[in-house]
Amino acid sequence: MKILVCISNVPDTTTKVKFVDGNTKLDVNGIQWVINPWDELSLTRALELKDDASTGVKSVTVAHVGLATSEPTIRKALAIGADEAIRVNADPTDAYNVAAQLAEVVKKEQFDIIMCGIESSDFNSSAVGSMLAEFLGMPSVSAVSSLKIENGAAVITREIDGGKEIVTVPAPFVSIVQKGIAKEPRIAAMRGIMMARTKVIKLYEPVAIDALTETAKFEMPVPRAACKFVDAENPKQLIELLQAETKLI
Amino acid sequence: MSVLVYTENWDGKFKKSSFELVSYASKVAEMMGTSAVAVSIGNVDEAELKQLGNYGAQKVISVNQDNLKTLDSQAYTSAIASVAEKIGAKVIVVANNNSGKSIAPRLSVKLKAALGAGVSKLPISTSPFTVYKRAFSGGAYADVVLKTDVKIITLAQNSFDLIETANNVAIEKMDVNVDAPRTQVKEVQKQSGKLLLTDAEIVVSGGRGMKSPDNWAPIVELANLLGGATACSRPVSDEGWRPHDEHTGQTGKIIAPNLYFAVGISGATQHIAGVSSSKYIVAINNDKGAPIFEVAQYGIVGDAQKVLPQLVAAVKEIKGK
Ligand SMILES: Cc1cc2nc3c(=O)[nH]c(=O)nc-3n(C[C@H](O)[C@H](O)[C@H](O)COP(=O)(O)OP(=O)(O)OC[C@H]3O[C@@H](n4cnc5c(N)ncnc54)[C@H](O)[C@@H]3O)c2cc1C
Repeated sequence: MKILVCISNVPDTTTKVKFVDGNTKLDVNGIQWVINPWDELSLTRALELKDDASTGVKSVTVAHVGLATSEPTIRKALAIGADEAIRVNADPTDAYNVAAQLAEVVKKEQFDIIMCGIESSDFNSSAVGSMLAEFLGMPSVSAVSSLKIENGAAVITREIDGGKEIVTVPAPFVSIVQKGIAKEPRIAAMRGIMMARTKVIKLYEPVAIDALTETAKFEMPVPRAACKFVDAENPKQLIELLQAETKLI
Repeated sequence: MSVLVYTENWDGKFKKSSFELVSYASKVAEMMGTSAVAVSIGNVDEAELKQLGNYGAQKVISVNQDNLKTLDSQAYTSAIASVAEKIGAKVIVVANNNSGKSIAPRLSVKLKAALGAGVSKLPISTSPFTVYKRAFSGGAYADVVLKTDVKIITLAQNSFDLIETANNVAIEKMDVNVDAPRTQVKEVQKQSGKLLLTDAEIVVSGGRGMKSPDNWAPIVELANLLGGATACSRPVSDEGWRPHDEHTGQTGKIIAPNLYFAVGISGATQHIAGVSSSKYIVAINNDKGAPIFEVAQYGIVGDAQKVLPQLVAAVKEIKGK
């Protein structure tokens, strides 16, 4: 069995974002780039499955759509333990475009399980995984918080609004993962870092795909009113204020 | 031409969020000079379907077929896509919840329709069709142009108010071609009797500053008194002090209640990413310099252990309990 983990390269989650060119582009100055948090957890789970001989998972590949500038992020995935890496050499325009490029990779390489994070922390669209599945005509399961392989078949827990469901799905399928899939992301050991340096990142040229959307501009959130402090000796005053000013209590 | 809205039901009943979605779709329809049509999948009786008319749906299409008994995103996508094609929908509105997120992107590919995901207000303009959506986990917003003839929008939860308008709604049963589902649901574990965090209008949330799971009673009590839900920061759920489904933040649940109490929560960016759409944030923290106070509108600098019981008492007094 072969697993593909799709990884996105995003600004570190503590980055305070700024924009340039009339608020149309992210200011990349000083940004620390990381593997999207959910993708990092997917990768961790994929490697755990490979470590367990009973699952029959033989290899874990990562794929990324992006320019050469994102190679450090891909190397990090290799250092953590991915066996192979693929980069589609395109500047991602929108989720549709990214999913279309990834679909071409899957058609060429064949995987049994494809894992995507539920969203990427930059565009927050929760789109690529499900789009990829539709491009491939594959089933997909969303909001996956547990993925096991029992007797060669996938057993998945997905979160529904107000509970959980345990589902099965035949391979190949796309699993769109959220929190819970793995506890802590795996970190790269020195041996992994050394090995990652020598591994080849397979390069694919992109197919021509129109972007269906275009980001016209970015806006900063509307600033909030300053905090009104209530004396800790008189918490009742807080409730009175909330009652009078917010009318919610 | 019309605006199609997919309304999800739970055991044959619509939740408030479905009515929010219909209210939103009918406003979008108004902007486009057309009408809103709701599609419902599953076994929902006529009286329940008619309720969608109270929020502006002019017509309700009910699809109830064997292949759609449990959620298979591929099968649901094919069903909604055929309804959209039959009625010539120009915009399709779906909830930005777990099931909506599994369907909307597939619809985008199937219909080659641009997707605006996690939208939090009405379109800024309909020509070019531009939506306003959350980006960088709440650190910014983006104006996104949907360039195709048919557009798909997922609406962030709690971001649009109900608008009641009585319509004598027509109900049509429709059969569509649906692929056989490939996912099989083996077991359902429903949380019962607990207000859903994503639906709650008031949320009381505790962080590591609560010190121990044994100190949670006043958090739960305050939430119950206010008719709200409880939540927590990530380390609290990682430690197993509280269940995982209460974890809010970038990697947990993204919520938008009217009132959010952050008790003993520092206000790390990753936590704020999940709660920044709250209308009001109240912070209780013994560290005056905690970043939570930068985003809160109301605050107490003090020990949660002392402050919380007094808040509970004050609410009881006000509510006459
Ligand atoms: C990739 C990534 C994703 C993450 N995602 C999330 C996420 O989704 N959600 C999330 O919450 N975190 C997330 N985190 C973790 C986040 O960075 C913080 O570590 C976390 O939010 C801190 O939780 P806390 O505020 O409860 O605890 P702490 O940081 O320990 O803060 C506790 C607070 O309680 C106060 N306090 C202590 N004692 C008292 C008292 N007696 N009375 C009142 N106040 C008191 C302290 O002053 C402090 O401000 C993520 C981190 C990473 C790296």
